[in-house]
Amino acid sequence: MAHVTVRDVLVDFPIYGAHSRSFKKALFRAATGGLIARDTSDRVVVRALNGVSFELADGDRVGLVGHNGSGKSTLLRVLAGAYEPVRGSVDVQGRVASMLNIQLGMDAEATGYENIFLRGIVMGFRPRDIRPLVEEIIEFSELGDYIHMPMRTYSSGMAMRLAFAVSTCVSAEILLMDEWLSVGDADFSEKARKRLKSVVGQARILVLASHDESLIRTNCNKILRLFHGELTSIEAIGP
Amino acid sequence: MSSIASQRFARAALDLRQGILSVHIWPTLAWQEIRQRYRRSVLGPFWLTISIGVMIAGMGPLYSRLFGQATASYFPHLAVSFVVWMLIASLINEACTAFITAEGLIKEGHMPLSVHVMRVVWKNVIIFGHHALILIVVFIAYPPPINASLLLVPVAVLAIALNAIWAGLFLGMLCARFRDIPLIIQSIVQVMFFLTPVLWRPESLGRHVWAAQWNPLNHLLEIVRGPLVDGRIAVHSWIAVLAMMVAGFALVIPVFARFRARIAYWV
Repeated sequence: MAHVTVRDVLVDFPIYGAHSRSFKKALFRAATGGLIARDTSDRVVVRALNGVSFELADGDRVGLVGHNGSGKSTLLRVLAGAYEPVRGSVDVQGRVASMLNIQLGMDAEATGYENIFLRGIVMGFRPRDIRPLVEEIIEFSELGDYIHMPMRTYSSGMAMRLAFAVSTCVSAEILLMDEWLSVGDADFSEKARKRLKSVVGQARILVLASHDESLIRTNCNKILRLFHGELTSIEAIGP
Repeated sequence: MSSIASQRFARAALDLRQGILSVHIWPTLAWQEIRQRYRRSVLGPFWLTISIGVMIAGMGPLYSRLFGQATASYFPHLAVSFVVWMLIASLINEACTAFITAEGLIKEGHMPLSVHVMRVVWKNVIIFGHHALILIVVFIAYPPPINASLLLVPVAVLAIALNAIWAGLFLGMLCARFRDIPLIIQSIVQVMFFLTPVLWRPESLGRHVWAAQWNPLNHLLEIVRGPLVDGRIAVHSWIAVLAMMVAGFALVIPVFARFRARIAYWV
């Protein structure tokens, strides 16, 4: 059973070295971005999330919608456990896989083979968990003998294919995505699309941030709307 | 209020325990960093070893003359002090960027934060292992006193590494928040090289020997140097180092508990 409880979450990003009053005045209600405010110790802060509460359970497919800087990515990072909120609580039950940056942990100087393990470790796996999956990852990425070459020799498409193959090799209970992943040329992207579909299908909870409402309507059953860091609506949508 | 404090403390303790026990993460990241730096060079970290070796070989005879000391006793002192100093200095300097350089990983969220300090510590212990070759060469020329106290040398390196964990947590946090600090620390480390008995012996201070006795870095050097140079266990230095370790963790763990959650916002 996967479960996410977010209660009255407030996230402020401190901006050091931005103390001028005019800066505050000018940007207090900017057109995009979170609210710029001052916290109790009079630091300039960007209020990325303010009083956000919701609950997710098995089967929830959530689309996060909002303009640039409305707090979508911050919310994903809060769910991933990177940012602990200044106020409020976040309780996440279930193994989280974040696909915010699928190349994170990979190193251009290391070979593709080594990078499978590096990426795996960053995803929270032990080498012994990854070893049985290596064959399949190499086959899926279609890199062939290139897998033993340093990644700096890869084209950006090849590097993405490898990152994608590793990042989607195991399904998770809670899947966090910032925009839908699409990789490779026509043939590969079809294969990748199927694989991602199946990973998403196996996840108990999906949280997908996107600007593309039609994408969200095809993949999600709930929409969370964020505006200036505040949750303005949660609506259920039909399939 | 106290429930928040105890929750923070529990999370910090969990982070520290998981971080130290993540033996599949920090050794890999440490090696990764070493390989990254030397990927296309044949000698890798041995380049640094060679340059330190050349420096010691040049300075040994010169400074033993300058300080009017017998080369046979001064040379091993200089070699051991210098190599251990390199370990301590790079541990301090790199601790400052432990969290800053791990920005990407920290903002993604899976790992305990203490892993990044463990990475820095382990990386420098590995590099120290390379530099230890210099000592072997020196000891072939000037054999150290062979007795049971030599068994304490690896333990002494471990003690330095353990002290580096609390110091790394503290400096890592401080430098993530205040970006000027790494530069200040660098300058302090440079000055301390001359103020700490690396090039000279503490005894040369005569009645001012307190200046070495109150220098914590001297004790970190002395626990390694004692057996290797003088063939004795530096009991007072061991007491100082163990006291530093206990006091260090006792002071830093509450700070880590208080500010751990802020690190992601600072980097």
